[in-house]
Amino acid sequence: MIRFIVRRLLQLIPTLFGLSILLFIWLRRLPGGPETAILGERGTAEMRAQIRANLGLDEPILVQYGRFMQRMLKLDLGTSISTKREVTTEFLERFPGTVELTVTAMIIAIGVGIPLGYLAARKRGSLLDSLSVGGSLIGICVPVFFLAYVLKAVFSENLHLFPSSGRQDPTIGATRITNFFVLDGLMTREWDAALDALWHLILPGIALASIPLAIIVRITRASVLEVLSEDYVRTAQSKGLTERTIRSRHILRNAMLPIVTVIGLLTGGLLSGAVLTETVFAFSGIGAFLYEAISNRDYPVLMGFIMIIAIFYVLVNLLVDFSYSLIDPRVRVR
Amino acid sequence: MPLLDVKDLSVTFSRRGQRTVRAVDGVSFAVEAGEVVGLVGESGCGKSVTSLALMGLLPKQKGVTIGGSAMFGDTDLLQTDERSMRDIRGRDVAMIFQDPLSSLNPVVPIGIQVTEVLTRHRGLTGEAARKEAVELLNRVGIPDPSRRLKEYPHQLSGGMRQRALIAMAVACAPKLLIADEPTTALDVTIQAQILELLRELVRESGTALIMITHDLGVVAGMCDKVNVLYAGRVIESARRKPLFADPRHPYTNGLLGSVPRLDSGKGERLHAIRGSVRDVLPWPDGCAFAPRCDQRVEACVGEPPALVEDIHRHAYRCVNPESRTAEVPS
Ligand SMILES: Nc1ncnc2c1ncn2[C@@H]1O[C@H](COP(=O)(O)OP(=O)(O)OP(=O)(O)O)[C@@H](O)[C@H]1O
Ligand SMILES: [Mg+2]
Repeated sequence: MIRFIVRRLLQLIPTLFGLSILLFIWLRRLPGGPETAILGERGTAEMRAQIRANLGLDEPILVQYGRFMQRMLKLDLGTSISTKREVTTEFLERFPGTVELTVTAMIIAIGVGIPLGYLAARKRGSLLDSLSVGGSLIGICVPVFFLAYVLKAVFSENLHLFPSSGRQDPTIGATRITNFFVLDGLMTREWDAALDALWHLILPGIALASIPLAIIVRITRASVLEVLSEDYVRTAQSKGLTERTIRSRHILRNAMLPIVTVIGLLTGGLLSGAVLTETVFAFSGIGAFLYEAISNRDYPVLMGFIMIIAIFYVLVNLLVDFSYSLIDPRVRVR
Repeated sequence: MPLLDVKDLSVTFSRRGQRTVRAVDGVSFAVEAGEVVGLVGESGCGKSVTSLALMGLLPKQKGVTIGGSAMFGDTDLLQTDERSMRDIRGRDVAMIFQDPLSSLNPVVPIGIQVTEVLTRHRGLTGEAARKEAVELLNRVGIPDPSRRLKEYPHQLSGGMRQRALIAMAVACAPKLLIADEPTTALDVTIQAQILELLRELVRESGTALIMITHDLGVVAGMCDKVNVLYAGRVIESARRKPLFADPRHPYTNGLLGSVPRLDSGKGERLHAIRGSVRDVLPWPDGCAFAPRCDQRVEACVGEPPALVEDIHRHAYRCVNPESRTAEVPS
């Protein structure tokens, strides 16, 4: 098993290497070159040449790539053009919020989606089944930001059950360690801070969960229905096993394979999808920052973001493969 | 009192927009303790539906209707609620299915699939369950059982898989074992081994066996009594010897004729039954076999023939039976 993990981690290297080349080429091919990105359309020829020299753009391409890789390996993503701060620092401050939101959304989507999809399949044709199939269709259709506005209007502005914006009540004066607010609260034993941060995550988490939830309900239902018609489920029943054993050991374990794949794909997509939800709830994650970076052509920031998303995707993929091998002995490598 | 007494079992499937299928139609038979009873018939004649009905494993949904009774001791298997059925299944009545590969859970080790029955019905856990599982695999002739327990179904051969399934079925020494074409998916040599194993287990433990098959060769080798099914009905039922020596129904005769025999003359043609059972479903008026029967007379296409029994308890459903000795319907 350990060899399997190490091998998969080694397989990451060529993937990331390929990605770095793509990014490098993209940077050189910017309209007007990187100097335009920095100077904008204005700027004299001398200024441009100056910047090219500063960035080392007048050196041979291989030397440039070597230097680029060197910085990448040191996790040095350069300086943001608009905020003039280290990109790495900016990310360390903002990414934790987005990750917390994504994780919350995934926990909601998985925790509700799998049981609901399972029940819908077991009670096929029942009211519950029709409701969850119909509901999931709505979940896929309704735009996330719209749902976010509705949730905010109903549950925080009218019913005052949840906070309407931000990641934490500043009057709590919580200690910061990792910038994962819930985690910080737990580490410092400031329970009220942890709970407050969690409370701030619920509504945006639900909004963000809607699409993955709908997809997980559907894929679970389809997958369980397929497994239900398998001979080994009938064998399990013929042994007189309890409903619980049949459900967990014989149905869900086999039905999990396609579900895990979909969960992996969804999680990767969520990170980038969190942006709109963050905007509605004034949630200081990566969203607003990224939006500005795009409009300002802040290439170091965009590049760093792409790199991080890529690494994230690859890691999620690794996790999916890993759970696959845990679930199904036939894909396990000796 | 017989161990199992099936009376007038009928199962119909009706779906919206489709014709109602009467898969089993008034089937009655009895199984004495320790006896081997055969249910024989072509594909689609209702063998599997009969066995699933007895196990309470037919889909529980609108459109599936089950009638009749199946007394197992004091309990009617057809009227028992799901909760009590779960206690009976695997403990008192166990089942072996046709395709050993698809009947085993591919992602769970063989060992767990064996011990889960022991845990459920005999309360064995941990080392005790493991020991018993090794014992069981040994009994069904799986070599190196401790290692096999850790393996997954895809690592076993077809014959080994069926042996493992048999081990699970006999784990709680059931009073009745239902085997639904247990050898159909296996090689001929393996088939013989599995049949031998079943015969041995039944003899040693006194378990009664319902042997479902389309192969009269299997029946000849191990059954005490034989019921021949056609289109959801028992059309002939007798002890093994009289059935083979003196088949009365033209269909049974046809089945016997379509088995190649060593003592048949060289160049003698095999007798095949025309058409297939599906051609005539659903059950028409009169004898369901009439459209394919070489001995059809006018009376065959009015009323469905009643089951008549001769003095040797040899019963058949035919108005113009094959006859060597004239019989008086009782
Ligand atoms: N769930 C179901 N819904 C509708 N019809 C069914 C269902 N199960 C079985 N049938 C029908 O019942 C009839 C008998 O099927 P059954 O499986 O008992 O045949 P069989 O004798 O076991 O045949 P085989 O030798 O192929 O296993 C068939 O015509 C089949 O189409
Ligand atoms: Mg069958």
